[in-house]
Amino acid sequence: MDALSFVYWVISLVLAPLLLGVINKTKAFWAGRLGPPLLQPAYDLIKLLRKGAVYSKTTTFVFRAGPVVSLAAIVMALTLVPLGGRAGLLSFQGDLVLFAYLLGLMRFFTVIAALDTGSSFEGMGASREVQFAALAEPALFVGFAVLAQETTSLSLSQILSVISIETWGQSGPALALVAVALFILFLAENARIPVDDPNTHLELTMIHEVMVLDHGGPDLAFILYGAALKLWALGAIVTHIMLPVRTGIFWADGMIFSAGMIGLAIVTGVVESVMARLRLTHVPQLLLGAGVMAVAALVLVWR
Amino acid sequence: MTVGIETILVLLLMTNVALLGMSRLGACVLIVALQGVLLGVLTLLFHPGVHTLLVGLGSIALKGVAFPWLLGRALRQAEVRREVEPFVGYNLSIVIGAAIVALSFWIGSRLPVAFSVVSPFVVPTALCMLLTGFFLIVARKKALTQVLGYLVLENGVFSFGVAFAPEAPLVVELGVFLDLFVAVFVMGIAIFHISREFDHIDTEQLSMLRDWRQGGDQRD
Repeated sequence: MDALSFVYWVISLVLAPLLLGVINKTKAFWAGRLGPPLLQPAYDLIKLLRKGAVYSKTTTFVFRAGPVVSLAAIVMALTLVPLGGRAGLLSFQGDLVLFAYLLGLMRFFTVIAALDTGSSFEGMGASREVQFAALAEPALFVGFAVLAQETTSLSLSQILSVISIETWGQSGPALALVAVALFILFLAENARIPVDDPNTHLELTMIHEVMVLDHGGPDLAFILYGAALKLWALGAIVTHIMLPVRTGIFWADGMIFSAGMIGLAIVTGVVESVMARLRLTHVPQLLLGAGVMAVAALVLVWR
Repeated sequence: MTVGIETILVLLLMTNVALLGMSRLGACVLIVALQGVLLGVLTLLFHPGVHTLLVGLGSIALKGVAFPWLLGRALRQAEVRREVEPFVGYNLSIVIGAAIVALSFWIGSRLPVAFSVVSPFVVPTALCMLLTGFFLIVARKKALTQVLGYLVLENGVFSFGVAFAPEAPLVVELGVFLDLFVAVFVMGIAIFHISREFDHIDTEQLSMLRDWRQGGDQRD
């Protein structure tokens, strides 16, 4: 634990919704619109937090626990992620497994909260979410295994601090494969376009949105904020792999990291602008493809 | 240099996997063309020299331009767009692709190679392409995809040969090119004829079906 990591952690908690704003601005730019202001996601959160919540009589405490536990899990997961070139707030050997399963816990509670409503639509969304998650998780773990093998460490902070430009020179192909695989997972986990469309409100075609249809007010705010944090946490990992530049100076590292995150958000926005959402039957292929890339990278580093 | 070669080899591996997961035949043809170009560049990078220059440029011209053009033409004439109901589904194919990658690296690490290879990835990549080609031939129904499988198979043989290009005589390589060209040419014609026969029967039946229904409606 050190003070600077804590500063980064707090800054991340505050700035996370901005990343969504950047993505939306990019999409608006591509569509020739002005787009919502950068801070719109934050305004939405404030608006939702000031509202009251309505709970259906058929739901139990599980429905109310869902958003809270999800948010707690992702805040916890964010403490494990190295931010701005600094080690994470917490780090120990094997924390990448904890990170993956905190994301799993978040997903689990979103899913059972959706099932608790008894709505057939939400059950459908839950089933899709779990199906795709089951395909995404092996890719995530194999990707992490590659990084662990490459850097002989099992801690996210150590792994990402060891990766440098020299590492890219030595085993560039493997790292590039992992980076692409993790970027695909980044899009899939955050319900971005090739997998899920965050803007659609047609229940039949969406995955994540359909699970949170019955949440309102503060609960919805927690869910949206949790999603923003998830975007930030996974984005930080991808950024650290793709942009392994460290100067050792606090502000310089912070600037590089922010530039990387904004770049990632812009790339995401561009991907969303130029691609259509995949048909649901094609999503498993994309995720399996990411898995195969990770496996190929593992084979490359294992030799 | 080595990084460049390894990048190309990894790209070749990825094209194999992409080929296993694709259903659109046009995209498949493009991927195989990309594979041919990559192989040509690989040859040029391996041993700069007149001999390899010929082989490399020949590979790019033939596999990157001539074959895709021939196959694309057959595709347009046959009016098939995608592989429908392959024997092995796409998701399973991708998983098998991952298994093929692992298997070929395992064999590649055990295979005693008599000559020094520039990169340790060459032999596994070649094996992977061989196996992917075999798998495509077995697992797909459309004649065109099977031709593509044959091409990928040959690409595997070629990339294996590239590893010791200076040792192999030029005549052998060119002979292989000629054989390949004739084979693809014949297959292209065969595809066209098969599909013409089948298309003919198919459309005839469909239009008769519609006419009969319309006639029935008018009578009522």
